Amino acid sequence: MSVDKDTVRRIARLARIAVPDARLEPMAAELNGIFQWVEMLGEVNVEGVPAMTSVVAQKLKWRRDEVSDGGQADALMANAPEGEDHFFIVPKVVE
Amino acid sequence: MPASVSDELTRMTLAEARDALRAKRISSRELTGAFVSAIEAGRPLNAFITEAGEQALHMAAASDHRIARGEAGELEGLPLAIKDLFCTRGTRTTAASKILGDFVPPYESTVTQNLWDAGAVMLGKTNLDEFAMGSSNETSFFGPVINPWRANDSNASLVPGGSSGGSAAAVAADLCLAATGTDTGGSIRQPAAVTGRVGLKPTYGRCSRFGIVAFASSLDQAGPMTKTVRDAAIMLKTMASVDPRDSTSVDLPVPDYEKLMEGPIKGLRVGIPKEYRIDGAPAEIDTLWTKGAEWLKAQGAEIVEISLPHTKYALPTYYIVAPAEASSNLARYDGVRFGHRAAGPRDITDLYERSRGEGFGAEVQRRVLIGTYVLSAGYYDAYYARAQKLRTLIARDFASAFEKCDVLLTPSTPGPAFAVGAKTADPLEMYLQDVFTVTVNLAGLPGISVPAGLTANGLPLGLQLIGKAFDEGTLLRAARAVEDAAEFAHSPAKWWSA
Amino acid sequence: MNTSVGNKTIKGETGAWEIVIGMEVHAQVLSQSKLFSGASTRFGADPNSQVSFIDAGFPGMLPVINEKCVEQAVRTGLGLKARINLTSVFDRKNYFYPDLPQGYQISQYKNPIVGEGEVLIDLKNGETIKVGIERLHLEQDAGKSLHDQSPDNSYVDLNRSGIALMEIVTKPHMRSSEEAAAFLKKLRAIVRYLGTCDGNMDEGSMRADVNVSVCREGGYDEFRRTGSFKTLGTRCEIKNVNSMRFIAQAVEYEARRQVDLIEGGGTVIQETRLFDARAGETRSMRSKEEAHDYRYFPDPDLLPLELDPAWVEEIRKSLPELPDEKKARLMNLGLSAYDASVLVGERETADYFEAMLAAGAEAKAAANWLNNEYFGRLNKTGLSIADGPVSAKANADIIAMVAEGLISGKIAKDVLDIEWNERTGDPRNAIVEARGLKQVTDTGAIDAAIEAVIAANPDKVEEVKAKPKLAAWFVGQVMRQTGGKANPAAVNAALKVRLNLPDEG
Repeated sequence: MSVDKDTVRRIARLARIAVPDARLEPMAAELNGIFQWVEMLGEVNVEGVPAMTSVVAQKLKWRRDEVSDGGQADALMANAPEGEDHFFIVPKVVE
Repeated sequence: MPASVSDELTRMTLAEARDALRAKRISSRELTGAFVSAIEAGRPLNAFITEAGEQALHMAAASDHRIARGEAGELEGLPLAIKDLFCTRGTRTTAASKILGDFVPPYESTVTQNLWDAGAVMLGKTNLDEFAMGSSNETSFFGPVINPWRANDSNASLVPGGSSGGSAAAVAADLCLAATGTDTGGSIRQPAAVTGRVGLKPTYGRCSRFGIVAFASSLDQAGPMTKTVRDAAIMLKTMASVDPRDSTSVDLPVPDYEKLMEGPIKGLRVGIPKEYRIDGAPAEIDTLWTKGAEWLKAQGAEIVEISLPHTKYALPTYYIVAPAEASSNLARYDGVRFGHRAAGPRDITDLYERSRGEGFGAEVQRRVLIGTYVLSAGYYDAYYARAQKLRTLIARDFASAFEKCDVLLTPSTPGPAFAVGAKTADPLEMYLQDVFTVTVNLAGLPGISVPAGLTANGLPLGLQLIGKAFDEGTLLRAARAVEDAAEFAHSPAKWWSA
Repeated sequence: MNTSVGNKTIKGETGAWEIVIGMEVHAQVLSQSKLFSGASTRFGADPNSQVSFIDAGFPGMLPVINEKCVEQAVRTGLGLKARINLTSVFDRKNYFYPDLPQGYQISQYKNPIVGEGEVLIDLKNGETIKVGIERLHLEQDAGKSLHDQSPDNSYVDLNRSGIALMEIVTKPHMRSSEEAAAFLKKLRAIVRYLGTCDGNMDEGSMRADVNVSVCREGGYDEFRRTGSFKTLGTRCEIKNVNSMRFIAQAVEYEARRQVDLIEGGGTVIQETRLFDARAGETRSMRSKEEAHDYRYFPDPDLLPLELDPAWVEEIRKSLPELPDEKKARLMNLGLSAYDASVLVGERETADYFEAMLAAGAEAKAAANWLNNEYFGRLNKTGLSIADGPVSAKANADIIAMVAEGLISGKIAKDVLDIEWNERTGDPRNAIVEARGLKQVTDTGAIDAAIEAVIAANPDKVEEVKAKPKLAAWFVGQVMRQTGGKANPAAVNAALKVRLNLPDEG
């Protein structure tokens, strides 16, 4: 796998991180170094090996259906950089 | 308080302080006061992001009252430092990142709540690599942490390891009795090793992850960083709990680790994995490792050569899985509900991109991009899915090994603390610091680093023990045996305060 | 151009086209709290007042699954006659949007909790068709953004964020707007019968994304035969159709749009569209054009969901009688397929009808009574059957009194009117008995009334001898004499004897 600066730009958009144009090439180089290194995983025969989908050998625990949370609009908004009347504010989104 | 008295107090181990408080030889207020002063004097180390001296003294006073009334908890009045990755109600929590801004959590992590419920005192929030991503504490938005240790022959600033560098430095410099850390690829064990102290990563699922800023959900685990193995056992007993708020918290009761730590190791089978012998590693590492095996053998342990064939694939596996999970866990940092928000955004996309571009440091951005890429269409199977299968193979290696032995003994790190800036040019060079530790996170097993010796130029080295899942008792017992034999009584010379 | 919608083909300029429809329905699970947090799911609360820090994606927060939501999904799967997957996995669907605070939605991708099933729908022409269900999975709902509060900003309310949704995906087995509407109505009835979703489309608890494509005649049968999508056209997704009324309209518009486009030489682009109810047309959603790479991966904060087969069996045993079974049972009781369909179409109607049966009403009589007398009144006053003023027991009693001969059919309607207004709950005693509306069958009383009428109208007595049909006038008079309470059949019989009228064939 090898990435060029256009791919970095695309991935940065997917990840919603503004990477300045000047950083695109250097970032591509850094990422390529890492991607080249992880290529070695391709050597291993993983035929029939299941993915580790849970680290713990336990069944998913279930919670009783009752209202035990919420009702804290003030606390919820306390750290908001921009809020009004208990709404979070974002630049207008066009649907 | 005269410096000598103050030093006496801050040099104590957690167990000693606990006994002294219970025997009413000292008060928590005195003890806490001594640490608050030490922290102030220790500022050149940059180990703390938030100092909570005033709050600590209040907590200490309350502890003294409880002790007087005979209502002392397990950790009553004992001053601790908390890695700034644990959300602490009412106290700013930063994850060492600009992006969290002045975030003050309205909730407490389960692990720290357990500590406060036991009567412990919070001295402050320690520095770390940003979002726990790093092995040297050089990626923090709040500046690097300086290792209290210096080489005999140089005054160069050394790194304390990472990501829990601030906690490690605080423990080693006697700025706290003990500290909490988190370990995703080695972030407790590696800094403990290069600061000459003990660091324990429990089995995945032993300590709750609720309220800990998530880095890589299937790898993260909270653990104690302490001066001694006994202290680690005491801390773990309180930090660990079964938490219904964490679906990955395992339903096993918490045993008395302090008790389990005692006792001989006669008959203990200690595995030596041959793949951990790395070409080009400093001779001192190998020498210490051999010595460690001899120490255990002398106490009645049986040494067994074992093989963990997939060891060399562990680091690249980690650097696919961890960034992938991180890229998703860090998507919530977007400037809307808390933290840093870019000014004058053109539209929502611009708000997200600039808030995150401004808020995340270079290493975090790199890992988020790696993670985004390996999960993206066309690459998922070749990278993420494959890495998850490698994890299974690595876990199976350990399972086989543990049929023949009870614990494994390895070096903790490929070398001692290095100079600040020495390994920042190439990310890969930094990643290699975790070569001995990541395997343990990938398999979800418990691991501990115990200070074992010094390099020729006076820098600490550690030995790592790896245990079976939820067998921290045996692990701590073996660790205590290493500690007893090593007789590591060294502390860094205090160059940072006048 | 003719558009014969409701048929299996629509006519374009160049020939006949087939419409192929599939649907993804999002049904909000009926539960007290959310899928992965303990915040309330109640509708209409103040902004951000029902939000856990988990729902708001705060640092360090973790999901814990609500057992009721799992149960409701299994219950719905069983109601769809679907395969329940004893192991399923929750995956993260990663994308950025202001109503998605975590930056990902917890959903199920390759391993959903429910597999293939089916829904039967009855069409107006008497046909019954099977619509295949592909799968059902559990996922988190997103919050809500308000865009019209300010010129520059959108306002985000996370009350809805984290509420459990069941996403039900059909196979492309619907062929017309009628089928699409009928499917959604039936699905809604099923989940309301089961109590797993309230189906309130105006509150947003049920939303449909409708996929529409067109193909040349024969293409659909080829698809059903081979399973290959090659013979089907490119489909467009009409997102968030949130009203039954609009389903048919949206399908018809979109099918026509695609036909016109293709016949005009263009190609249908696979895209997401919105239905604009006011304009009656579908429009491309430009903002969603951006290709989404959701980077699905199993959520590492959760473990695979494992279901105990015995637990699933308990749920199966506890299922209520569903519309199809109820319809069959009512038909066995003598109802026509059509009447039975109408009665089972809505849970409330079915429950009302069952209550009438439980109160002793005979099935056909009850069905006729409701169809002929009660439904009309409800429609006129805009009341639902649950809000109607006459209880099932009261209605059952009225028709019972008719069956017993206690009152005539005509009086029964009067009794209904009185009960509608007065809500006595006990028409037998409070109305019929209290107002003496009992039908008069006592021959003595009838004879007396007849004598009274004869005495008062001697000339008519003469006339009727010549014109036997005038007997009807006498019947009317006798009825008036008895205040409408005489049994008309008994009056007729007695009059015939008294006036020596000939038998009519």
